[in-house]
This record gives sequence, C-alpha cells and structure tokens, in this order.
Amino acid sequence: MDISGYTAIELGKAMKEGKATVQEAVEAVFAQIEKTEGLYNCFVTLEKEKALIRGARVQKKIESGELSGPLAGVPFAVKDNICTRGIRTTCSSKMLENFVPVFSADAVLRLESAGAVIIGKTNMDEFAMGSTTETSYFGPTRNPWSLEHVPGGSSGGSAAAVALGECFAALGSDTGGSIRQPASYCGVVGMKPTYGTVSRWGLIAYGSSLDQIGPLTKDVADCAAVLEAIAGHDPKDSTSMERENTDFSSALGEDVRGMRIGIPRDYLGEGLDPAVRKAVLEAARVLEKKGAVLEEFDLSLVEYAIPAYYTIAAAEASSNLERFDGVKYGYRAKEAGELHQMYKQTRTQGFGAEVKRRIMLGSFVLSSGYYDAYYLKALKVKKLIKKAFDSAFAKYDLILGPVAPTTAPKLGESLSDPIKMYLGDIYTIAVNLAGLPAISLPCGHDHKGLPIGLQIIGNCFQEKTLLRAAYAYEQTLKQEEQTYGKTI
Amino acid sequence: MEKQYETVIGLEVHVELATKTKIFCACSTAFGGEPNTHTCPVCTGMPGALPVLNRQVVEYAAAVGMALNCRIAQECRFDRKNYFYPDNPQNYQISQLYLPICRDGYVEIQVQGDERMKTITKKIRIHEIHMEEDAGKLIHDEWGDCSLVDYNRSGVPLIEIVSEPDMRSAQEVIAYLEELRLIIRYLGASDCRLQEGSMRADVNLSVREAGQEAFGTRTEMKNLNSFSAISHAIAGERQRQIDLLEAGEQVVQETRRWDDEKKESFPMRSKEDAQDYRYFPDPDLAMVSMDQEWLEKIREGQPELPSQKRKRYRKEFDIPVYDIQILTGSRRMAEIFEETVALGAQPKKVSNWLMVETMRILKEKEMEPEHIGFSPAHLTKLIKMTEERVINSSVAKEVFETMFESDIDPEQYVEEKGLKTVNDEGALRKTVGEIIAANPKSVEDYRGGKEKAIGFLVGQTMKAMRGKADPAAVNSLLKELLQSGNNG
Repeated sequence: MDISGYTAIELGKAMKEGKATVQEAVEAVFAQIEKTEGLYNCFVTLEKEKALIRGARVQKKIESGELSGPLAGVPFAVKDNICTRGIRTTCSSKMLENFVPVFSADAVLRLESAGAVIIGKTNMDEFAMGSTTETSYFGPTRNPWSLEHVPGGSSGGSAAAVALGECFAALGSDTGGSIRQPASYCGVVGMKPTYGTVSRWGLIAYGSSLDQIGPLTKDVADCAAVLEAIAGHDPKDSTSMERENTDFSSALGEDVRGMRIGIPRDYLGEGLDPAVRKAVLEAARVLEKKGAVLEEFDLSLVEYAIPAYYTIAAAEASSNLERFDGVKYGYRAKEAGELHQMYKQTRTQGFGAEVKRRIMLGSFVLSSGYYDAYYLKALKVKKLIKKAFDSAFAKYDLILGPVAPTTAPKLGESLSDPIKMYLGDIYTIAVNLAGLPAISLPCGHDHKGLPIGLQIIGNCFQEKTLLRAAYAYEQTLKQEEQTYGKTI
Repeated sequence: MEKQYETVIGLEVHVELATKTKIFCACSTAFGGEPNTHTCPVCTGMPGALPVLNRQVVEYAAAVGMALNCRIAQECRFDRKNYFYPDNPQNYQISQLYLPICRDGYVEIQVQGDERMKTITKKIRIHEIHMEEDAGKLIHDEWGDCSLVDYNRSGVPLIEIVSEPDMRSAQEVIAYLEELRLIIRYLGASDCRLQEGSMRADVNLSVREAGQEAFGTRTEMKNLNSFSAISHAIAGERQRQIDLLEAGEQVVQETRRWDDEKKESFPMRSKEDAQDYRYFPDPDLAMVSMDQEWLEKIREGQPELPSQKRKRYRKEFDIPVYDIQILTGSRRMAEIFEETVALGAQPKKVSNWLMVETMRILKEKEMEPEHIGFSPAHLTKLIKMTEERVINSSVAKEVFETMFESDIDPEQYVEEKGLKTVNDEGALRKTVGEIIAANPKSVEDYRGGKEKAIGFLVGQTMKAMRGKADPAAVNSLLKELLQSGNNG
C-alpha cells in the first residue's frame, strides 16, 4: 500500500486500523528522503535507527490500544532550534554543530506522548535569522517546486520536508513569519499560535517575546491535530498561558456563514505581486460565497511594523545569543589565548554574517544613549500595533491577506540585499508583535508554478475560528481539484 | 589652617536570601556540595532553558522592604544586565533596574552625637531594594593552567539594598550594617554573614571640604569581608582621597578592590572603561504584580522588629538600656527572654542569665543565639531554685551548662544528682567543726586578725560538702564557731 500521499491523520487512522505499521511509515519517509534529500537538503540530522526503535515501541502501544490519538505512529520532523534530548540540535549554526541537548522541548515531549515519531531535525536559517534558509551553516534548502528557488525561512527545512513527503508533519518556530512564509513558499499549511499557547521551554530563543512553536502540515486538519497535541500550559515557561478549549480539531467545519472577515487595504497595496493579490482575493471570494461577510479596511501602522520588529527581535537576540561563548558547550575557537580573545574568536568564527548583523543591531539599540530612541520607541509601536488589531477585531472575526508580497525568490537573490529580505516580512511580523494566531495555507500558484499562500489572522485565542475558515476554504479547493484535476 | 574634610558614604549591600531553592529554578541553595551538583539547565544557561520566578524570593524582598520602611511597588519587573564573564552562564544577569521591588525607605541607627557622647538616632535613607541572581564561582587551577567554573551558586537569590549617601563615618556605616543585619535576621530572610559572603557591602565614598554642599567624586570599594575591613577601607580611602586633593590632584571615579592584608586598595576599573550593560526587560519573565492581598499576607507575617522591641522593653521591663541592646540583638535571645519573663521570672535575673552565662557559652562554642536549645520553662525553674536557695549559685551555673547542652529539667537533674544545698544545720555544723579541727594554721591566722583566712576555710567546707552548702551559711557558721572559741 502506498501511504506516501496520506496526510498525518489518514496515516494515523490506517495504522490504528492495522492497514499500515509504524515501521512501514518510517521506512516510507526514509525511502522518500533517499530519493529527494540529496537535492533539497531539508534535514541537518536524520535519525532513522532511533525512529525505527521508537516506532516499534509505538506500534506495540497502538496494537494494545494504549495509544489511540490521531498522531500515534506518525513520523514527524523537528526544526533544529527545538531541543531534542539525545539528538543534536544545531540551530543550523557552526556554533552548535555538535551540541546534544540534555532535555527535550515541551512541544516535542507532548508530540511524543501522543505517539508521533521523530525522524530528524530540519534545516533552517542560522538561529532562525533569515527568510530563505540560506543562512544555514549546513547549506541552503531548496524549494520543492523549483530547485532554483528558496523554500522560505527560517523554518524552510520543515516546510520543504512536509511538501516533499519526507515527513508527515513538522514543527517550526515563528518569530516574524518563520512558519507561515515558508509554508506559503512550499505550498503547505503552517500556523503560528497565539503567543503563550505552546511552551517555549526547549526552543532556543531568538526573539523571546515573539517566538512561538507551531505546526507545518499537509492540510488544515493535520494542523489542528498537531496544534492540539503541542498546546498546553507549561509551568517551566513563565510566558505560557493556561487556556481552555484547546480541542482545536473539533472546530473544523465548513460553515462560515455570518463570519466577518476584514481585508486590510494596507496588505494589498504597493509591492504586492499581482499574481499573489489575485489569488488572495479569489480565496476571499470563495469564503464570501460560503457565507462569510467580507470588507476591506485600513489597518494602519503596517509600515512601522518592520522597523519595530527588527529592533525588538534583534535586541532580544543580542542578549539571548550571549550564552554562546565557547565556555560551556558548542564551538570554541582553537588556540584562543586569554578569555576575551577566546570569546571574540569563538563568536567571530562560530556565527554567520546574518547572525552577527542582528547581534550588532540589537546591541546598538540597547546601548546607553540609544535605548529610549530605538528600543523603547519600538515597544511603543508594538503597543500601537496591538491596539490597531484590537480595534479591527472589534469589527471582524478574522483578517485575511497574503503571507508574503511575492512567491519564493531565487536562491542568492535575498542575501545580497538584506533590507529587501526584511521587507518581505511585511505581512507576517505585525502578527508576532501583537501576539496573534495566524495560519498560512495554499491558495494557488503563480505563472512559474510556485505556490501562493493565503494568510488568515485571528484575534488572541481564536485559533478555532481561524481553523474553521481555513478548513472551509481548503475543502472547497479540494473539491475543485477533484473536479478539475490538480493544477500541478 | 588645615582644611577639614567630611566623608560621605553610601552603601550597596548584597544579601543572599534564605530560600531553599534558587531564584529561577528548583535547584538547592545549600552551601557546599561537589561542584556543579546543585545545577540544572536553567542555572547553567543551557540553550532553550527558561527562568521561573521563585515567589519566596519576592516575599522575602518585600518583607525586608517593609521592615526598612520602603514603598513596595505594585508592579515590578526583571531586567537583563548583559556582560560577558564565565561565572555568569547566560552572560547576562537577571536583575532589576527599571522597576525594582522597593523604593524610598530608611533605617534608624544609633550613633554617638556630640562631645558629651550622647547617643542620637539618625535616619539612613534607602534608595531602593532590588532582586537578582548570584553568579557561579571561578576556580583557578594553577596546576592545570586553566580555570574551572562551579555553578552551584549561580541563581542563588540576592537582594541589593542601595542606601542614599547619608553616612559620614565608619562608625555610622557599621551601625547601619549591624541594624540591617539584625532586621534581616529577625525576618529570617538571610543569615547575613559577611565572612561567608551571604552579606556583602560595597562602599561608595567621597570627601568634601567641611561646609561644602556639592559631593566630591566618589569611588566604589569592593571585597570587604568584615566590619574591620570596612573600617580600615573607609579610613584608608578617606585619607587617599584627601591626599590627592591636598596635592592638587583629582579623585578618579572608579571601582577599587580592598586588600585587607596590605591594608591598601587597588583600582579595578575606571568609569571610562565601565561597561555598557545594555539593560532591558527580560522577555522570559512576566511583570510581578504585588496585589494588596499578597502584601497584606506578608505584612501579617512580619515579626516585631528590633527597634519596636527595644522601645517596648524600655516601657515594660525594668532593665538597663545596655541589657535591652544585648537581648534584642537576636530574635531568638529576645524570644527566650520574653517567654521566661512571661513564666514569672524576674526580668533582671533572666537578663543576667542570658547576658552573662549564655553569651559566655555561645562565645566559647562559637555558636549563634539562634542555636540556643534550652527552654524558657527550664530557665524559669533554675532561677526559681536559686531564689529559693534550693541550690547555690555555683551549682546553678553547673546545672545551666548541662541545660544549655541538652535542655534537661533542672529540678529533676538536681534531684537525681543530689545537688541540693544541704540545709541540715547539724550536718553542716559537724563538717565545719571538722574543717576547723583539720586546719589549725588557718584558724590561728584568723584569730590573729587575718580576716581573709576565713575564705580558705569556707572553700574547704564547700569542698567537703561537695559544693552543696550555702556559702553564706557556711561563712556565718564558721565565724560563730571561731569566735566562740569552740574548736571541736
């Protein structure tokens, strides 16, 4: 039986029904990896043996009925900035090339206790800093739809691996769009939950006040299932929240009648690729046809989101990355003389250019004399952006727009112009600044055949509304595909 | 005429709090332990680890703040102080800069006023109290030509109490420190040992010409491990600064390290190379909200403070001021005093036992009053037995020593050991007669006018009675028998 086309939930169901085994599932993804990994480079570390051993244990538990959840036995991948006990976790950096954590992230533990099986760690932009997965120390990941294009980033490895069938689902992390944008570029579903929904314990911090772990999956139902598995209060993370009603899968349904959806004009303006604009507006019309009420509005302040984000994220990063100093773990420069030489050489050699750029930027905005002008001002902008969203959500249940201004750029295009790369985050980062949940799901392709992503943004804790609308749209698209055949 | 200079001193006092676990993780704060055995991913700065605030730390800090008449912030927050050093595993210390927990307090100290040596009360204002984490310890291995780090102390909770520059002499500084230490010990918030580093004081000192209003340039003195080191350092630094000014030079604002062996200080770093700590709010920790209910609970738990006790003792007990000072010098001592008095013993007698015998034994055994083991009930009994002349004072001292060791019941003990004073006149008369007969030389001396000779005879009688006689009774009986000329 060919299971490679299954979604995670379909696979889980087949295994529970005895139509497939966990071992077969693990073998299937590794067969696919064998075929495609050499070209696409989605993984930093693969753990086939560990996956088979663990898979055998899970298989027994499925057979005994001990594990009955939708993800039991499902092979999944984890972004390489999420700690996995006993499996090297590099952040795609030379700095942590040989770092093996002594504990697993809360999200990983939760997925494992749901029976999912880790198969490896996915490639990413170094320390999640980048939008293309090109800043990885282990080389770029390529776009599953076109080898010349980037998969997006920073969770590019996770997005590409899901799209290629190298795993059935993956975890990513999203600080300014790092789940949603690669999901969009790779034609998969990616979601950034409300800040505080998934524990950050074990996530190697980039911008602590913005970081959230979230799912990258083949479809919306899988996304809900993975989110349901990883969400939950964690006393080890002070920013983790106690939430009720995290049974996200129960929200899936096609009824969007009366749902009020706002489309920010600011998200459709200058700089937006016409093909993306067209696809997003068509998607909006699909929801309208199903009974949603659409309206364009001015969100405002969008242009301030990027500078505010790069100030706050870089400031936090400059401090978060101080612990990588060659003293306790990770890379240490050889032949470094006294202490400060050791620090300097270790960090000069261990970090790549983009990481250094953001450390310098962050150190600058926090330095005495500039703190008020940059960092505090950015925090004020953050508050205003939250307010702008609050007043939008007083009128609308959801906000809809594109994920990124364009489809995936070619390899090498972005690195030469970091400002342009930063501007590519314009539609995603406001969501992080406001702590909101947002989903990215496929809504068509451009003339090159590259996928386009639709972004739906919800109010805090409104993941269910979000998932319902996403699911409704996706079902329509699936029906159309069945009627007219797949477009790819 | 020679210029007169005034010394201006402000103190930064670090106090290690007596919590069982560290400030941001569940590791033990116990002293000792093999290096790096009281550690976890949080206090060793592992990637992906997150801090969670220990509420007991906040309660102790607030309790100290209340006792020092501070305003307790309704909301306080932690900030990161960024600097690279291997004892600091994250390369930032979690501290409080922008919103410390306590502000604007004061401590009253007793200092000698004018020439008439009258003590007066002086207020030393507290600028702020903030919470922070301690660092690890570097051990320089000279044999291995390397440095090793022990993170057992990393994350141990500290409060820093910052005074205003209100002190003018070493005497005032020490009075301030003693009062702080006393208050904090009463609260049970710390044992405040300077030698062991659970209380550390940095002295900020400047001099100015008498009558001048503006402050001089100050220096900060570190590494002061005892009151005597503090006194010497203040005298030394005052003189050093005066010498500079007299020579027409300037005092440089800098941090200096006191070498108590050499009785000399050495510059550590000047203001010019002072680091920019790039403080910013720690995004891993939420704002700490001190609601009224919580504050009320802490307030209710406050013990009677030393200053309040001293005032009350002056009103309630007829004992000298000196006694009050000693008795309130530790919470345990004061408790024993009050309980014993409450059981009916006369205050001055209780005070004598505590100030003389108790203090002597404590000193001999190098113990703290906190470790006193005898119960007030037993002390009451002992006092009663001496008052009723059931035992004489030397027996009482002996019984007290045993009581101090193992809290025996003095009545029972005296009974069992047969230590009661012999009040049997016949037996005493018989023994005295025997002593007179056995010591004709002393008898002769006495009769010859050497009054002192009777002392020897009393001693001999007491010895023969195995200490159980009443020395006064022995004395008068001897006189009676010697004068009557009856020698046998």
